[in-house]
Amino acid sequence: MNDLLTNMANHSARVNRLSQRLRIWVVAMIGTLVVITACNKLIPPPPPNDQLLDGPVSGLSEAEHRQFLAGDVAFNDRVFTASNGLGPIFVATSCGSCHPGDGKGHPFTTLTRYGQSDSTGNHWLDQGGPQLQNRALPGFEPEAMPNGAPFSSFTPPAVTGLGFLAALTDQQILSHADPADADGDGISGVANYIAPRPYFEPKWFHQPAGGRYIGRFGKKAGAIDLLMQTVNAYNQDIGITSTFEPVDPYSHHAGDPEVSTQTVRDVVFYLNTLRAPVPRDEADPQVQSGEQLFMQIGCAGCHVPEWTTPESEITALSHKTIHPYTDLLLHDMGPGLDDGYTEGAAITSEWRTPALWGLGLSKQSQGGTYFLLHDGRAHSIEEAILLHGGEGSQSRDKFQHQLSDSEREALIKFLESL
Amino acid sequence: MMPKRLLVACQLVIVASATSQPDTSMNMDATYERPFRQIRETPVSLGGYLEADYQYIGTDGVTEGHTFRIPRMTLFVSANLHQRVKFLSEIELEEGGHAIAIEFAALDIKFHRLLNLRGGVVMNPIGAFNQNHDGPKWDFVDRPIAMTEMLPATWSNVGFGLFGKWHYEDWTVGYEAYLTNGFNDSIISNDQNKTFLPASKTNHERFEESSNGRPLVTSRLSCRNNNVGEVGLSWMGGAYNTIMEDGLQVDLPRHVDVLDFDVKLAVPRLQTTVTAEWAWVFVDVPETYSQQFGSRQQGGFVDIVQPLLKKKLFWFKDAVWHLALRLEYVDWNVGTFSETGGDIADDLWAIVPGVSFRPIRETVLRFNYRRMYQRDLFGNPPSQTAGIQLGIASYF
Repeated sequence: MNDLLTNMANHSARVNRLSQRLRIWVVAMIGTLVVITACNKLIPPPPPNDQLLDGPVSGLSEAEHRQFLAGDVAFNDRVFTASNGLGPIFVATSCGSCHPGDGKGHPFTTLTRYGQSDSTGNHWLDQGGPQLQNRALPGFEPEAMPNGAPFSSFTPPAVTGLGFLAALTDQQILSHADPADADGDGISGVANYIAPRPYFEPKWFHQPAGGRYIGRFGKKAGAIDLLMQTVNAYNQDIGITSTFEPVDPYSHHAGDPEVSTQTVRDVVFYLNTLRAPVPRDEADPQVQSGEQLFMQIGCAGCHVPEWTTPESEITALSHKTIHPYTDLLLHDMGPGLDDGYTEGAAITSEWRTPALWGLGLSKQSQGGTYFLLHDGRAHSIEEAILLHGGEGSQSRDKFQHQLSDSEREALIKFLESL
Repeated sequence: MMPKRLLVACQLVIVASATSQPDTSMNMDATYERPFRQIRETPVSLGGYLEADYQYIGTDGVTEGHTFRIPRMTLFVSANLHQRVKFLSEIELEEGGHAIAIEFAALDIKFHRLLNLRGGVVMNPIGAFNQNHDGPKWDFVDRPIAMTEMLPATWSNVGFGLFGKWHYEDWTVGYEAYLTNGFNDSIISNDQNKTFLPASKTNHERFEESSNGRPLVTSRLSCRNNNVGEVGLSWMGGAYNTIMEDGLQVDLPRHVDVLDFDVKLAVPRLQTTVTAEWAWVFVDVPETYSQQFGSRQQGGFVDIVQPLLKKKLFWFKDAVWHLALRLEYVDWNVGTFSETGGDIADDLWAIVPGVSFRPIRETVLRFNYRRMYQRDLFGNPPSQTAGIQLGIASYF
């Protein structure tokens, strides 16, 4: 009897142990399943769509997505060092250093361009012009500004939505030009005609004048297209030679390309297909009121709100209505913004109207502080408006003297929503 | 089953781990204090460890999905050639064998307990983690970022040095001092776009020649109380750049200095283990170069490991469950922009809670949740990284 009871007790203990192990395994399995199914919840969500500048335009094909990604890597991830061509004199070590998150840059990478004060061209090219390379690899000396050279500082712009601007026709741009101010609104607007580089390939929508083409990129509209802008930045900002711009800014001699032609093409494609900034708070009555005030005081005379792209070789850019708030033309901004330096046919006080889309996101790429206008001198939108002169003075005066505090606030809120 | 023909003895040396067992070893002893298996009557012992993990981690909504990794497998070979002469080598295979490196291969000659000579490929004793980094000893899947990416993890070089220990009752004081080859220009010229000391690890020529003919000095002083724990202070410094080429001067000598403080404490009643390390990096970066490459860095981590349960579980009579928490921080670029006077950010901070399970002392299964925030140079809104990691690590 005792043996039987002992056996039963042993059996019961074994059953209990097995039962305990089974429970542990079941709990472990359920736990594992819960963790795996909850994985997606663990990943931090992306920032809201309207807070992001990067990302492709919608409608790209899979092949175009691949090229976009290749350009993204080259633009944001590729770092140049002494071993792969950096410098030896330079401003930045990568494209992304100047355009963090594809947004506006910080004074850390502000460029200094110098040597030209009128339409006769740059007379300081033999003294390091047109751009100061203010940094150098160890063992090399960076450039110093030559005494007496006219110069201006350029804060790096955001690079989003550029493909839509590149897709516009010269005719569309010229339709906003009013060189003689025929309509008497105090705003003229002229195109900057630029001598093309040897690698430039005219498109069907270009309208040359005297062998020159309309510049639409850069603070002075000094670049005709994104290829010119890109290879110039590689060369002058990073000291990288390419098949397009083979001359090294340090030695002034042509050298082997330090970035491949395909990489340049990928970066250009990336810039062409970066989406336009998404506006925010459009339904906010204060924003809507601000938009009306923007039109009312004449800001839209230069910051043209709406364009529609024509047929483009990138299908996703074709026939799209965009809201960049620029006319891509040069305007005289008065003596306050006249640095005495220029590019192409622009006079020194003329600046290309910068696009305002993405303006409200600038602080998120500039370290929490606004650095606005061409050289980052304005630390708020209001300060930037008040620094407008020349063709912008009428709108500035209306903003300053005709609008009430609440109206000014509404206008700035509208600009921040872009 | 262990083949008796090959392994006639199993020599298990105390492993310094975050278990509830009393820990009497010092970090400087970590190289030899590992489980080795002796081959017959020969003086040769073998050992090693393996780490493998699964992770599901993403940043700002973008993830690589379910990922399985084998970060490293390490093989040890040691030989007691004489009562006072011993040799140990450590070969590390990383990323499934993609990278193979001699991490340690040195001969030790003991003249006195206070005076030992070590020569060969030595581990520069800059910080406790660099000395005591075996995966199975740690309760976290990832290594601390400051100690592996700000400082070069498992930083070893060819050189010679002295070490020794002095004991008095519960106290032990140890010292180490080495002269080795060192860094090169890559620490301020690399694809990380920041001052990055580990970039020099890819310079395999350092096992053949110095980049500048000037030795890197590494020294460490540590003190241990058997009832409390260990503290250590390490310093490493020397010229890092190439100064002469074929007898011609190509640059001025520029220095890198690293100061590191580490502490490992045990709370006796709770059996809690606190391991912490903080390091400061000072690099002479030419003023005419870019502030992208910082002249100062700092960072560290704190690990708190609490044994929760020690009991027989299945076939493991001393299985231990631990609760673990890591806090870590790295500032890759301490300073202000010369253009604006504003702070240079370029930093990260992370919190990593976890649970680990040690069925036996040499093996650990660990489950971590990582939450990390990383800011760019300008201090723009941080990218957020989070996810889970499940890993195993074991000596064999």
